[in-house]
Amino acid sequence: MNDHVSESIQSTIDSNDVVLFMKGSKEMPQCGFSNAVVNALSYLDVKFEDVDVLQNEEIREGIKVFSDWPTIPQLYVKGEFIGGCDIVKEMFETGELSQLFTEKEIAHTKKD
Amino acid sequence: MPMEQKEIESLIKVSIPDAEVTITDLAGDNNHFSAHITSSLFDGKTRIQQHKMVYDALEGRMGGILHALSLKTTVKKD
Repeated sequence: MNDHVSESIQSTIDSNDVVLFMKGSKEMPQCGFSNAVVNALSYLDVKFEDVDVLQNEEIREGIKVFSDWPTIPQLYVKGEFIGGCDIVKEMFETGELSQLFTEKEIAHTKKD
Repeated sequence: MPMEQKEIESLIKVSIPDAEVTITDLAGDNNHFSAHITSSLFDGKTRIQQHKMVYDALEGRMGGILHALSLKTTVKKD
């Protein structure tokens, strides 16, 4: 991976509390796995930055190396890699996701 | 060419010998699978580390020819 790709990814996760690297945009996800994470974040009213990897092949491949994670979507919260679709969905279902946002002091709506 | 269910299971068991693997063909198309893996080797590891162990077991197939494998990992308790 080129340095400028890794720097660009680092700068995105440094300057946004919650970043989702995904296929498509949050308004129009292009993959069911990305859509599932958008839905979980939207349900909790979390503001997040979406990065559409389909618009940039370097980011699409670069983020997999950067996170050492083979699939997309990938969720970052305050610079920390949280996981892909399966992990985020599981955390959402158990309430851990909401708890994580509380711990990281990210504005969200708690729901039962 | 999609991977066979048995091939996924045996690759996982090579790396994670005590793994109990349940694979479900989600769409009936031999391409969209979910795998539930239970192992004592997951003990003390984060979910990210547990999933990475499974990805490592699949030797780079994940994200490539295995686009649609949904994972769930559980620690096996004695």
